[in-house]
This record gives sequence, structure tokens and C-alpha cells, in this order.
Amino acid sequence: MSKQAIILTVNGVARQALVEPNQTLTSLLRDELGLTGTKHGCGVGDCGCCTVILDGETVNSCLVLAMQAQGREVTTIEGLAKGAELHPLQQAFVDAGAIQCGFCTPGMILSAKALLDHTPQPTREEITKGLSGNLCRCTGYEKIVEAVQDAAGKMSEA
Amino acid sequence: MSGNFEVIGSRAPRKDAPNKSTGKARYIEDIKFPGELAGALLQSPQAHAKIKRIDISRAQALPGVVAVITAQDVPDVKYGVSPARYDETLFAVDRVRYVGDEIAAVAAEDLATAQRAVEFIEVEYEPLPVLLTVEQATAEGAPWLHEQFPDNVCAQVEQEFGDVEAAFAGCDLIQEGSFFSKRQDGAFIEPNQCVALMDSDGVLNLHSSTQVPHYVQRTLAMVTGLNMSKVRVVKPYVGGGFGPKASATPIDLAAGFLAMKTGRPVRMAYTREQVFLFSRARHGFTHHMKIGVKKDGTLMALDHRATLDGGAYSSFGIATVYYAGSLLGGPYKLPNMRYHGLRVFTNKPACGAQRGHGGVIARALFEQQMDVIAERLGMDPIELRLKNMMETGDVTCNDLAMSSLGMRECIEAVKNGSGWDQKKGKLPKGKGIGMACGFFVSGAGYPIYRSETYHCTIMIKADEDGGGIVVYTASAEIGQGSETTMAMIAAEAVGIPYEQVRVKSGDTDFGIDLGAYSSRTTLMTGHATKEAGENLKAMILETLAQELEIDQSRLDIKNGLIKISGDPVDFSAIRIGYIKEHRGWQDQPSGDELTFREAARLAYLRRGTLVSTGKYKPPVLGGKYKGAAVGTSPAYGCSAQVAEVSVDFETGQIKVERITDAHDCGQAVNLTSVEAQMQGSVSMGLGEALFEEVKFDGQGRILNPSLGEYHIPTVMDMPETKCIVVESGEPNGPFGAKEVGEGAIMPTIPAILNAVRNATGLVLDETPLTPERVYLAIKKQKGA
Ligand code: FES
Ligand code: FES
Repeated sequence: MSKQAIILTVNGVARQALVEPNQTLTSLLRDELGLTGTKHGCGVGDCGCCTVILDGETVNSCLVLAMQAQGREVTTIEGLAKGAELHPLQQAFVDAGAIQCGFCTPGMILSAKALLDHTPQPTREEITKGLSGNLCRCTGYEKIVEAVQDAAGKMSEA
Repeated sequence: MSGNFEVIGSRAPRKDAPNKSTGKARYIEDIKFPGELAGALLQSPQAHAKIKRIDISRAQALPGVVAVITAQDVPDVKYGVSPARYDETLFAVDRVRYVGDEIAAVAAEDLATAQRAVEFIEVEYEPLPVLLTVEQATAEGAPWLHEQFPDNVCAQVEQEFGDVEAAFAGCDLIQEGSFFSKRQDGAFIEPNQCVALMDSDGVLNLHSSTQVPHYVQRTLAMVTGLNMSKVRVVKPYVGGGFGPKASATPIDLAAGFLAMKTGRPVRMAYTREQVFLFSRARHGFTHHMKIGVKKDGTLMALDHRATLDGGAYSSFGIATVYYAGSLLGGPYKLPNMRYHGLRVFTNKPACGAQRGHGGVIARALFEQQMDVIAERLGMDPIELRLKNMMETGDVTCNDLAMSSLGMRECIEAVKNGSGWDQKKGKLPKGKGIGMACGFFVSGAGYPIYRSETYHCTIMIKADEDGGGIVVYTASAEIGQGSETTMAMIAAEAVGIPYEQVRVKSGDTDFGIDLGAYSSRTTLMTGHATKEAGENLKAMILETLAQELEIDQSRLDIKNGLIKISGDPVDFSAIRIGYIKEHRGWQDQPSGDELTFREAARLAYLRRGTLVSTGKYKPPVLGGKYKGAAVGTSPAYGCSAQVAEVSVDFETGQIKVERITDAHDCGQAVNLTSVEAQMQGSVSMGLGEALFEEVKFDGQGRILNPSLGEYHIPTVMDMPETKCIVVESGEPNGPFGAKEVGEGAIMPTIPAILNAVRNATGLVLDETPLTPERVYLAIKKQKGA
């Protein structure tokens, strides 16, 4: 199999990469671009820790081929903070104690971001629906939901 | 209780949270070494077979393959968890005992080549009868999985405390029941992974996603034949453990051997399916209990039989089978208790420890029976529990000492917090409310191997400029928040702000720590951290007292400032000295009080780098009977929960709507982390109660080895959870603290069972409570 060149935008920056036809977007981000914040928990679309935002919608990057990202825009967890300043969702996760082992956290925060981008003031039901594809074994989700509610409040004030 | 603390008891944000929120936190998969090889395992497709022949020649010949190893290439050393029951070899010697048993490992230039090479290894099997159930394994004439364990009995326990038969004879009411649970998977979100490499000092370094660096170091040293000082285990951030990561894995050991053989770093990882295959998670339990009470509800006696389907190896199972009995000694006064426990080998992956080790299903049945007893006696279930519960100072019939026990506070908290009196007996059809209690050890009283070792040691070093301190600990942050807990304890002990403490953890080079299991870290590592912090403080104050020519007892440190009691003391010489040393600096000390920074700097100037140490091991605990060690602990946490459910009679679907949860953690070190452990426990208990079951086909193959098919709770499944933290002040804990990580799971399953019973009238005796199971039970009840 021969590698092919693709161009995509990652966290607002144009990037080029040589990818294998069967290489996943998770692998492109982690192995080629060094963005290891995207986690890998199952590889088959079950856990959601590889969640990234592709053209505004969340995807499980383990189910997307790197080549499918050609010409498209990807946001990973590394793209949220502005320098040392955390994104309001990140800050809310820290403050609420919504992070334990942290392995689900990048995917969880990106799912929450996509939710708030579409629905700035979500109800509890909308939050649980928006996060239902992201598994967390540590937290029982309660503090995660609180963090999203808290961030939604703060972001609408700003 | 809450003492007068500066840091303890606050909601300080976790040390690791910012990096975990931005993706900067490094887990094993994020750490790469130059020249890495990829490893892969050959695992048995057969559940039980003799190995007639292994041919690795085709695999070896594959371009890109660097090494292939089998049992022939490694020392013939048995290992396991409990030294008395070492029954595993890294690679199968002449027999495989479960689907997934390890046969060989390959190291290659890339993973695809390693995996292809695994397929090229030829193995000739001679099938043996496959024993998948306890009944099959204990049947007359069944082959033995291990020669040293006749009749497939891994462990058998017979205990009696008091006189059970005599007590039954004097009882007014006898209640009997049974319960059957299914094996669970840990389902931590990060699959196990490791990298092994030889460093330039000739030390074998293993970076691994483990809960127990020390035990992994020991096992790796023993199996490879290397000296302990030639093996170092480092644990980066770990994506959850919950018990199944509490021992060395075959990939830890295989990567070690392959790194030694190839001289290159070797990475090995489990896929999600392999996590299920390796298992080491919760056993399937069968319990039978007979409980005797007096008319007034006084508990008199328990006769308890438990059978554990252990899988192919012992793993933690000896402790599990003891815990399954001993953890019924409390939290109720129970003067007479008999326990018969049996753990049996079957041709399935080995079960081990999981949150609430051994005690969860025993607790479920006992608490369910308590509810039935209450009904038969015409008592409220809460009243029955209040009547029998233990209090601080009580000792169980099996010699577990409750040095603090806020059981009453927990029960009352959930009673009031849930609105029990307004709801019990007054709910509409299909709704139910139930409660249960539980307790758990706050650290195992003894190490897994027999030793007088300290359970943990701590080193604290003050920065030479006085800016802060670094705590070095070999303890394992696996998500529970132990780095934060130790930072808070150190800050409190030294008397400085939390922000001035850094924690380096999870490296066997930092000392001894038995690891993250048995809910031990806060109490045990916390003790050692507190001691080291106090020692550091004493060193600094001693120097300062000499310099100021005053008595040391007049000095203290609080919130980063030196407190001097009595008459004012002139410390200007120290300050001037500090300021002169830092000409050009922007943040010179000022104010009326001498700062920690100045005092710590001075102490460095007078005595060199300041390093203090701390250590902890529990006092000798427990009774003299066989197995008395399991269940002993310096302290016990306890909890109560009320569950509210709705049951759909048409579909058998159960929805848990609300959980009110109270836990006595002695003293919250970090209030947010305590709640987080309680909520996490509820979700794991809820999953076990309602969905989780590892299923097998008739050949011993797992039918649902993925997170999609093996259902753990999603955010949609979770009820509203109200957490109430009870603080009884534990005299044996650092600053009064004790466990929360596992005790909090104890009441969840029975509280749900009791709520379902309240809604349906059904005493369900099998988990998970799948819609099918519940529906059939409802149908049967209607028919009856
Ligand atoms: S790794 Fe992509 S969903 Fe699990
Ligand atoms: S914090 Fe561990 S899986 Fe979510």
C-alpha cells in the first residue's frame, strides 16, 4: 500500500501528512502529528475517548480514515485552550472535579463543546444525550454533567 | 468532626486535572522511546488442551521479526499474586487452561509484522474436556486444571465464630436465601499497555499502566531472576484500574523478557478484547445464607456458604474467597457466624479483585435478607438496621475493630436525605424505594507476601530556594486522586499552601508503596506523608530556633508563614540575608511575619539539602484463626444508600431514578474527591446490578468482549445522586481520614434490589437484573 499526501486543518493550522490508505484519523493525529491528547480506548467506536470535532460535528476518530479528513477541519483537545488559559469547559471540568483518571476527558470535553456550539443552553436531557457516546468508568458522570452546566452558564455570560 | 485545618477538607482542584483537561497528561501510549519494537502475544484459542508441539520457525523467518519466545526461552518460574498459590507461568508449558492463555510472544519492527508472526506460530493441541462451570469442575472424574490442586479446589475456607447452631436454636425467626451473580469486567477505559527497556545502568525499566508498581517490580524480578535493584517500574498516568490492574500482567513480563533479549525497547498492549480475555475482574459468586434473629429483630447468627467460579488461575482468589466471608462480620452486631467458602478452577480467564473485593455480592444477599426479615417482623428496614448496627469501639465476632464507625449518621443521613418516611409504603405502583448499608477495609492489614516491610515510605525534599517542597512516593495515582491527597496532607503537615507542593509518584525508585488496592492509599500513604511532612517542618524549625536563639516550641508554620508565640522576636538578620541573596528579584519577602521561604532557605544554608522521610505499616491486627489476616485493617469506612426505582411491568425494564448516598470517610481530605469516589462507586454498582455480565459460549470463548456488547453505564443510565459525606474522625487515620474508594460501592446493589422488591414484591436472586430476567420473574409471580 502506498502512502498518500493529504492536507487538512487541525486546530486552525493547515497541516500536511503522508498517510496509509487504512490509517485512522486517530493514528494520524497521534502518530503523525504528535497530538496525543486524543485517546484510544477500543478502536471500534464503543468508548468515545477518540472523539474529535470534524467540520463542526463529533466523530469517533478511530472510525474515520485519515484520508477522509482531506481538506477538512479537525479540532482536537489541544485546540481548545488559548495558551495558558483553559477553555471554559476545561476550567469547569477542573473546578467541578469531573476528571479522575482523565482518559475519557478529552473526548468528553469535545463532545460537550460540540453540544454547546449547537445548543448553548442545554437542558440536563440534552447534555446526557450529547455525552451518551462517551464512556467514563470513574466518575459516574454526575460531576461531568455539572461541569457542562456550569460552563454553559459561564459561556453565555461572557 | 473537622479539625482546624488549613488545607484538609477543602475542595482544592486536583493537581493533575489541568493537564488531563488539555490532553497534555501522558499515559503509557503517549510515551515513545527511540528504537521501539512492537510486541504481540500468541494466546490460546482453546479453553483446555495439551500442547503437543510448538513450531516458531516460520514466525522467526518473517522479515522484521526480531525475537520469538516461548516457555523454552524463559526460566521455569511460577508466579501469581499470593505466594502460597503461585500457579501461573508466563507461557504455557504443556497445557493451556483458558481461551487467552499465553503461549508465545513476538517482538518485531512494527505491530503488523508482530501480529502476522503470531499467526505463523504453529501449535498442535490435543483437546481436553472443557470445564466451564463450578458443577462441571467439581463433578466426579473431572480432570484437574492444576496437579497441585486436587478436584479443582483452589481454596476452601471453614470458619466459625461463636456457636452458630446453639444460637439458631434460640432464634425466633430463621430466614434463608440464595444469590447468583455473573462475572464482571473491570472495563477501565485505558487498556493495559507497557514498554520495557534496559537502561544504561543495566536496569530493566518497565513503564506500565498498573495500580501496583511495587508488586509488578517484585514479580518481574522474581520471574526474570534479576535482583530487585535491577528492575524499576514506572507508572505514568493510568486510565483507571478498579482492581484488575493490581498485579503483573503477561505483557509486563513478556515485554521485560523481549527487551532483555533484543536490547531494544519493547512495547506491548492489550486490545480491548484482550482486556476481557485477561480479566482478573469480579468473580461470579453463588451465596447461600441462613440468618437467625430474635422477635425484636436482634441478629443472632449467620450460616453462610459461598462458591466462587475462579477461572483458570488463583490470582487474587484466595483473598477474594476470604473477603466474601469476613466482610459480613460488620457493620451489624452479629455474635455468631459460620462461613464455608469454596473457590473452584474453571477453564475461563482468571478472576481477581475488583472494587469492593469479594464482598459485594455477599453484601447484596445479606442486605436483601435483612429487608425480608424486617418485613416478616413487621419492622421498618431502617429500624432493623439501626437496632443492629455497630458503633465506634465495637469489635466484630471475627475480630475486626471498628475504631470509628459513623453508621448511625450514614443511616440517618440517607433516611432524611431521601425523604424515606414520606415515600416508604406510599409510592405509586411500579415505583419502589430500598436501602442498604455496608463497610470496607481502609487498607489491607498485611502485604500480599508475608513480610515485615513498611507498606509505604515517603521522601520529601524542600526546594533549596525555599519555594516549595516535592513529595516523592511510589504510590499509584490511577485516577482516584492520590497525588492530590498526598499534596494536601503534605501541605497541612508542613504548614504551607497546597500550591507550593509538587508530587512525583508511581516510580519504584522513589521507595516502597504497596500500591492502589484495598482502599489503602489515603490512610497508609497518607500517614507516611504526614510523618515526612512533620519531620521536614521540625528540621526547618530546629534550625530557625537556633538562629533566633529561642525555644523551638515557640515556633510553628501555618499557611506558609512562621508563627512565633510569646514576645516579639527580631528576625531582620534572616530577612536581610535573604534579600541580599536575591538582589534583582521581583518577589522579595515582606510583611510582619517571616515566611516559610526564608526559613526553608536558611535551613538549607545551614544544613544542606533538606530531605525528610516518613513510613507506615499497620500495627499487628486481627485474631489468631486461619485466614484472620484477610479483612483486618487499621480502620473501616462505612456507608448507607437509598435507591429509588421504577419498574416497567410490561418490559421488565428497571430505571434507577435516584440514589441517596452517605459515606463515612473519617475526615474528607478533599471533599470533591470523596464525592467523586462515591459517585463512581454508585455507577459501578449500578452497572453490576442491572447490565454487566461477561458471557461465554460452550467452548469457553467470550461472547461479548467489547464495550459495545458488554454494557457499562452511560450517562443516560445514571440516576440523580445525592452524596452526603459523614466524618467520624478516625483515630488511626492521618488527620482522621479513612477510605471511600470501595466501601461506597457496598450498598448499591442491595439498595437497588430492595427498591425493586418494594416495587414488585419480588425477591430476585440473580444479577444482572436484565429486563428479560425481571420480566420472567414478574410473569412467574402472576402465574403463581
Ligand atoms: S477508541 Fe474510538 S470509540 Fe473507542
Ligand atoms: S475519568 Fe476515568 S474514565 Fe472518565
